Amino acid sequence: MRATLLKCSLVVSVTVGVFFALSGSASAQITRYQEDQRLGTESHIGNVTGHAKAAAMDYRRYCVGCHGDDGDGMGANEPWLDPKPRNFTLGQFKCRSTPTGTLPTDEDLFDTIARGLDRSNMPPWNTFTRQQRADLVAYVKHFSPKFQTEKPGTPIQIPPEPEVTADRIKTGQVLFQKLECWKCHGVEGKANGPSADTLQDDQNRPIKPYDFTDGTRPKCGSSDQDIYKIFMTGLDGTPMPSFADNVKPDEAWDLVFYLRTLQPMHSKERQIAKQLGLKPIDPNAPVPEATPAATPAPAPQQ
Amino acid sequence: MTSFRRSLASALLFVFIVLGFASSAHALPAFARKYGLRCSACHEAWPMLNYFGQKFKDNGYQLMNDRDAPIWQNPSYWPVVFRITPNWHRESTNKVLVDTPAGPNSGEVQVTSHGFDLSGLDFHTGGTLDKNISFYVLPSSDPTASFHFEQVFARLDNIFGSPWLNVKLGKFELDNLVSEKRILTLTSISGIYQTYHFIPQGDGNIFGQIGDNQLGVEWMGHSVNDRTRVSAALLSSSDGNVNLSYGNSYSGFFAASQAFDVGKLGVDRIGAYAMVGEAPTTYITQNGGSIIPGAAIGNKSYSREGFVGLFYFGKLDFLAVTQHGSDSAWFGAGYGDLPGGTIVNNNIPGTTLPVGARAPTWNGYMLETHYVYSPQLIFIQRSEWERMSQQADPTSASNFGDVDMYTIGYRYYPIMTSRAGFAWHNEYSWTRQRGTAPDGGDLSSSSLLLGFDFDF
Ligand code: HEC
Ligand code: HEC
Repeated sequence: MRATLLKCSLVVSVTVGVFFALSGSASAQITRYQEDQRLGTESHIGNVTGHAKAAAMDYRRYCVGCHGDDGDGMGANEPWLDPKPRNFTLGQFKCRSTPTGTLPTDEDLFDTIARGLDRSNMPPWNTFTRQQRADLVAYVKHFSPKFQTEKPGTPIQIPPEPEVTADRIKTGQVLFQKLECWKCHGVEGKANGPSADTLQDDQNRPIKPYDFTDGTRPKCGSSDQDIYKIFMTGLDGTPMPSFADNVKPDEAWDLVFYLRTLQPMHSKERQIAKQLGLKPIDPNAPVPEATPAATPAPAPQQ
Repeated sequence: MTSFRRSLASALLFVFIVLGFASSAHALPAFARKYGLRCSACHEAWPMLNYFGQKFKDNGYQLMNDRDAPIWQNPSYWPVVFRITPNWHRESTNKVLVDTPAGPNSGEVQVTSHGFDLSGLDFHTGGTLDKNISFYVLPSSDPTASFHFEQVFARLDNIFGSPWLNVKLGKFELDNLVSEKRILTLTSISGIYQTYHFIPQGDGNIFGQIGDNQLGVEWMGHSVNDRTRVSAALLSSSDGNVNLSYGNSYSGFFAASQAFDVGKLGVDRIGAYAMVGEAPTTYITQNGGSIIPGAAIGNKSYSREGFVGLFYFGKLDFLAVTQHGSDSAWFGAGYGDLPGGTIVNNNIPGTTLPVGARAPTWNGYMLETHYVYSPQLIFIQRSEWERMSQQADPTSASNFGDVDMYTIGYRYYPIMTSRAGFAWHNEYSWTRQRGTAPDGGDLSSSSLLLGFDFDF
């Protein structure tokens, strides 16, 4: 009698479980992977080749809740998130080493996934293996037809980083005024420039400029090279433009150095600025002439 | 069943349930809600963590995205979660000494009981008080709703901006790589790791149970991606009991591990831990034998050392633990513990050990396997073997008290949201202990459980 009961309950529970399991996965699989042809997408990071197909499970486990089954950024959590999860189907990305308007490289996406996007709910996925991340890069790409028809842009050339000098910081400050960074970012970098409150992203959602003074990290990386890249490639899909056409490659370093003086972290730049007694720019004063950059007034493009 | 057998069965059942379900897991939809992450992001299978979840915990329940401070939450957000498991279970033990129906002291029978039942209830609250100050409070009850504090701590995270400097104080789970509080097995037999709780027969050292949450202070450090982890804790030797109920003695727990990227297979981790400490054997009494709490002396030493490995082969993974245990001969002879608050053996001046008494030593082995069919379905097996290598009493059989434990089951998670956790749990466990049946034979029991395990 006991043994029978035991057997019965085992059979019943296993049946129930298997039924649950199969019904769940079957319906999910049919609807989810209709775009089979795109699942062949690959990524290449160093000697690692990523395969979209291999990332399907990880995408479901880690990413779907925000980026959605179809990669359109409409996951279940979307209503509660600000900024909104990226819509991968548009093939438009903030963090790139490539010129504005072009697709990012595989490495760009690979680095972004590990770094996460600060001041957003996109976490740093740096516990993954390189293979996992490479597979996810391919998976992110497979959502957008753009990756089937276009090649990524050519990464911008970044000249070697020069030595920080007082002159370079002063030149950087002139650029900050001349290129009108302050209109959005504010004269002290506090994200309170005259346009700051009116900004919208490409989906007409309000967006705030980066506050250099609150100690947070830029989304697209915090090294000097990263900051260089940020304003020389722009954050596509946002009002943060590319200044590649308005700044000479070497001068761009001066601007990087000046931006460092606005941040609260200890840095050589901050120290020099203190010694110089550097004051925030006066937007009403004429732009000083002594700048080597003689380019006409900027027309930031996106 | 006769009424006697029924009451015996229910008494047994009660003991089983208290033992089995007293362990509390930290699966926190509160965190999922805060960050908009699904359970599956942090849990290989809820409540067991994956590497991402472990890093989140090590960071002080922070993603480190400058959105961790509570100021980013809706002011009405309060991170409270409860967990409970209504279930049907069946418990059976092969040899139980009974008075009736066969007459006084005359019967040794198999006792089986089954029915619908509840687990205990856990109320988890945890999160950040501010950026880099985290906390956890967990009142936990048995199925009769009698509560105790299973876990309470505050932690200073990333001191001086360094992930290598985190300090917590309170009652907490030791930094075990294989976490008993996030165990995936729930029966009365498998709800704890035998290897973390094994005590030789007649031994009075309850203090070295690394599966129990302990009171103390812990320093913990880890690399940014959590591949390297180290920790050291100073603990009161009280097995987590409050009110300084034993003596003024301390233990230390140390753990270190390193993980390796093994390409397509995943990430493997190996580590080692040790617990060394002292605990009292002499209780000071007054007024004719009542114990003065917290004043016990006569400290004797004990140690536990273990190795841990987590090995991933795609969807298949293995958790392996081996642990060596050693107690002072005094513990081996039954000094130390106060079962039910009363003294069984007191090491007062003039006390001598039984002739030939030795320090008991043993080894424990554990292998748990998971097959993660999908983030919603996991199959689990675990085998544990506890083997005495030196008995305290040289006349005992060499395998006296050895334990074997096997369990097999699966959990199915029909929903995957960032709001709640729900699992259909089904599991069967079997255990045998050598020589501990009333007739001196082997004592074996089995447990079958089907239930809804949920938290919200
Ligand atoms: C908790 C929500 C959440 C989860 C989970 C999540 N993301 Fe994101 N992700 C976001 C948000 C929000 C953004 C946009 C942030 C912004 O615009 O600043 C984003 C942006 C991105 C971007 C675009 C980066 C760029 O340069 O524009 C990529 C790529 C990305 N996520 C990949 C992933 C992958 C891969 C996973 C799973 C491993 C994942 N995300 C999981 C919320 C999430
Ligand atoms: C039209 C308004 C506007 C102007 C002009 C502007 N920015 Fe921005 N900037 C933004 C916005 C909006 C963001 C935030 C984008 C986001 O969070 O996705 C931003 C972000 C940034 C960031 C941080 C990016 C990150 O990864 O988080 C840097 C650095 C930056 N801007 C530098 C500059 C510099 C240097 C200039 C002038 C050369 C400049 N910006 C001009 C609007 C502007």
